[in-house]
Order: sequence, then structure tokens, then C-alpha cells
Amino acid sequence: MSVEGTMDISRRNLFAAGGKLLILASVGATLEQITGAAPPEEAYRMADHWWGMLIDIDKCIGCGNCVRACANENHVPAGFFRTWVERYQVEEGRRQPHVDSPNGAIDGFPPTTRTDLKSFFVPKLCNQCADSPCVQVCPVGATFVSPDGVVLVDESYCLGCRYCIQACPYGCRYLHPAKHTVDKCTLCYHRITQGLTTACCESCPTGARQLVDFKNPRDPVHEFLRQNKVQVLKPYMATEAKVYYKDLDGSVR
Amino acid sequence: MVLLAALGVFLVIRTALIPKGFGKYGHYSPGALDVVRQRPLVYAGQETCILCHEDEGKVRASGKHAHVACEACHGPQAAHANADDPAGRMPVLPDVPNLCRRCHEKDAAKPAGFPQVVTVEHSGGMYCNRCHKPHNPQL
Repeated sequence: MSVEGTMDISRRNLFAAGGKLLILASVGATLEQITGAAPPEEAYRMADHWWGMLIDIDKCIGCGNCVRACANENHVPAGFFRTWVERYQVEEGRRQPHVDSPNGAIDGFPPTTRTDLKSFFVPKLCNQCADSPCVQVCPVGATFVSPDGVVLVDESYCLGCRYCIQACPYGCRYLHPAKHTVDKCTLCYHRITQGLTTACCESCPTGARQLVDFKNPRDPVHEFLRQNKVQVLKPYMATEAKVYYKDLDGSVR
Repeated sequence: MVLLAALGVFLVIRTALIPKGFGKYGHYSPGALDVVRQRPLVYAGQETCILCHEDEGKVRASGKHAHVACEACHGPQAAHANADDPAGRMPVLPDVPNLCRRCHEKDAAKPAGFPQVVTVEHSGGMYCNRCHKPHNPQL
């Protein structure tokens, strides 16, 4: 065919051919939808949830129940933590607060009697950021934000490069010493997707930690956020963290 | 020709290496979601405990520990709850002195309204459950 031959296609013919192609493509797509096995109707639909957590600082007694429950539920190796509790002691006139967390507070805290300073407990965990720096730096797509808002790790895909561990502003990740892949809080994804709460929330005796679903209109979180002054950790990092702290002190980082 | 062959080899290797469905929800393998979801339970959950231990639940409901879940003190019990013969996998009784101390030992960092004692002065090493009923403690 000559060059002139190809140029013979008129605008009319071009549109007609394009239209036919479009129809064919749409028919193809429909056929695929019809013949492809329909996905099984699941009780849990990811699109209906957007998970997070509320932490009420004034209710935390530093018992370490959450740390033990997390270690049991998720087989967290000794010396590593997916969640931990810190005790802050803030003295007037001192620039830095004194923070301690003996072995992640897995066995609680040795009691302090100092009443001349401000002291309180702060439970920490993965903040399940919507714009998570750890996800952004993963070179292979092994860590991701799930459609229901939980930051997870694909163990079969993780290289163990530790880039995400450095990227997390909250220090919530560690390299699993046996698996050599990154491990972190999954917000007990295996529990919350079957209607249970997380192991830490289940075990918290004072209700200081509460699993919340921002997409559930009946979740008490909406009333809680209306009634209380809340803050996320390191808001200046713009990570869109979804763990909200009630009455968080400015000294906490 | 060589270029086409190289491109073909590249495409074959690429298809073989990329997990099935990669990119369905984002830059990750959707299969990972199911892998995480299929991890086994260790804590059975409050509602499961109450299915059998209804009486204990009623006793607790009227006391100070009404909102403390069973497994907060009794530890993880999914193995007990899911066993064919739960009585054959009896839970170990809680370690009373340490269990009570963790929550109720006096600490200036604890919220002021929370009941706390200096255990040495309060009971001098005597087990808390000699006087207090853990399922329905009265002050």
C-alpha cells in the first residue's frame, strides 16, 4: 500500500472505524464481566471502612496490658514492639521531658512518687497514616495503605532494606529478627476484618484505647471528636495520622 | 529482530515475576491483604467468653470491673475457646500479686481518680483476692 493509500481515509471513515472499535471494546469488557467468575459476596467490604484509633491519655494507667496482648496476638519477638507505652515526666523550666518505657512497659512501670512534676502515660503504636512516608519510600511496593486505611506489609515481597524503618517519623517499624522482613502494627487486621476489636483495645482495662471506624456513621468516634480536644502526633509531618490522642501534652513527640 | 526477541524475553520474565493482580488497589499485591487476614486469633474476644461464662459476666457487670474484658486478666484464650474440648485446655489462673499491682500500684503518673494503693503498706504481701472479689470488687 502506498503512502497516499493510507492518507485516503477520510475523517468520516476514521470516525466510523473508531466508533466500531469503541463498541467492540465495550462489548469485550461486558463479556469479561459476564464470563469472569463473580467475586463471592463477602461479609466484610473494605470500601465500607476507614480504620483508626482513639487514645485517651487521661485514662491510661500504664499497666502494659496492651503491650502484652499485642505481643501474644501477633507473636512479636522479645525486645521488639508493635505497641508500647511511654511515661512522660515534664518539669517546669526544663526543656526536655524525661521519658521512660522499661522494655516497652510490657510489665508495667516501676512506680514513681514524684508529685512535683507533671507525669502521664502515652501509649504508642503505628499511626496508620493515610499519607504514610513509609509507604512512599518502599522501593518495591511491599508496604501499602489498604483500601480500609490500614498500613500493612507484604512479607513475601519485602526485601528487608529497612528504608521504611527510617522513614517512619514515629519509630513504629522494626526488622523481624527471624523473618528478616519489616514488621509493624497491622491494627490487628485479622481481627478487625471479622468484627473483633484489636488485641490491645480488647485488653485495655480502662478503655484508654478504642478502635474506631471513621466510615461507620454509628461509631462513637464522631461524637468523641465533636466533644473533645484531640491531636495527632507530629501533625507538622503532614502524614494524615489516624490515631487521635485526647488531651495530648505539647511535650509529647 | 534482536531487539524484538529481547523485548519478548523481558515481557515473559516481567509477567512471571509480578504477583497476580498487582496494582488492583494500588502499587502492591492484593493477595497480601488475604495473607494478613488469615492469621490465627490468639485472643478470643469478650463476646466469645460470655457465650459459656455468662454467670461471671453478670457478676462483673454490676461491679467496678464491668468494662474490663475477661482476657485482660485471664490472658489469651482463643486456644481454650476454639478447642473441641475447652475443659481439656483449662486456662492457667492469673498471677494475682503481679496482675493487681500492674493496674493498682500507686504511681504519680496514673490519673488521680483511679483507685491506687501502695501494696506494701496496704496488704503487706497478702494476696489481693483474699479480701477483694476480682470479678466484682467493692472498695
